[in-house]
Amino acid sequence: MPATYTLISSNVLTSSAASVTFSAIPATYTDLVVRAAARSDFANTIELMEITINGNTSSLYSMTGVYGEGSSAISDRDSGTSLNFDPIDAANNTANTFGNYELYIPSYLASQNKPVGTFAVYEQNGASNNRVQANAGLFRSTAAITSLEFAPRYGTNFVSGSSFYLYGISNA
Amino acid sequence: MATTYEKIATTTLGSAAATIDFTSIAGTYTDLRIVASLKGAGTGYTDSVSRIAFNSDLGGTTYSYTWLRGDGSSASSGRSTNSPYCRGYQSGSQAGNQPSFYIADIFSYAGSTNKTVLVEASADLNGSGYVYRMVNLWRNTAAITSISLSSPNGDNLVAGSTATLYGILKA
Repeated sequence: MPATYTLISSNVLTSSAASVTFSAIPATYTDLVVRAAARSDFANTIELMEITINGNTSSLYSMTGVYGEGSSAISDRDSGTSLNFDPIDAANNTANTFGNYELYIPSYLASQNKPVGTFAVYEQNGASNNRVQANAGLFRSTAAITSLEFAPRYGTNFVSGSSFYLYGISNA
Repeated sequence: MATTYEKIATTTLGSAAATIDFTSIAGTYTDLRIVASLKGAGTGYTDSVSRIAFNSDLGGTTYSYTWLRGDGSSASSGRSTNSPYCRGYQSGSQAGNQPSFYIADIFSYAGSTNKTVLVEASADLNGSGYVYRMVNLWRNTAAITSISLSSPNGDNLVAGSTATLYGILKA
């Protein structure tokens, strides 16, 4: 029986990098999963993960999210030229701490628009600057997904130690 | 090394049908995961429940669930007790060509405790839609051997609706 949940590629940064790209994603799986622990050099207490699919920077992306920061829960929505709703750690947060993030893309080869689901968290042992967030996203393109690029939305670089893992899930 | 994440079965409807069923589920895994992209044939849905039933237990009072929802402007939470089914998610006619999906993790499905199910539903519709996180409880200690996915109100699932059942093994 073929392996169902397979590591396709990984990138653990040993120096800062402006982006991380998984390209030439094979068309041999059913779903894709990305798990990351990431932090940017943005001088703030929150950064957002920006995801570009297939290098497409047209206005084809939309997002709906719900999150909590320790008190009330909030929902928000946005659209634009990338998926950019998921929080990760930024430079003003507790040192040596990386926000955790998971992206799930079902049926990435199907000739339909692509729904995505994400879950992201960062925690600072404080009364503020913590978040747990779940998002639904949509990439309105029927093309098969062949590349995923991750970049900090506001900062210049992901810092060293940030890690990205791409898995393929097969139902064959 | 034993494979820890295996496909058990997958179904993509070639024509509309009332249910997607997984039967004769072996008790050889630790947890189960369903990845489903479903669309109901009914019209007018804007926020659509779908049904997950275990071991043909549908219509009784043995399920309950609590949900957290974001609709793009407000976050809300609610619950249902003594429910007739475990709650999943499906798109309705308003979704057009915007598919949604959910993942349901069924923990310790072969054990002799009540069954907890975590559902993550993602349904952004470019200007509308929802994101859900739900916890379900099935108050039954029997091992789960079958799962049936269906629409509420007796509506069919449309052609193209798809679901895959995976087994996750700790041993």
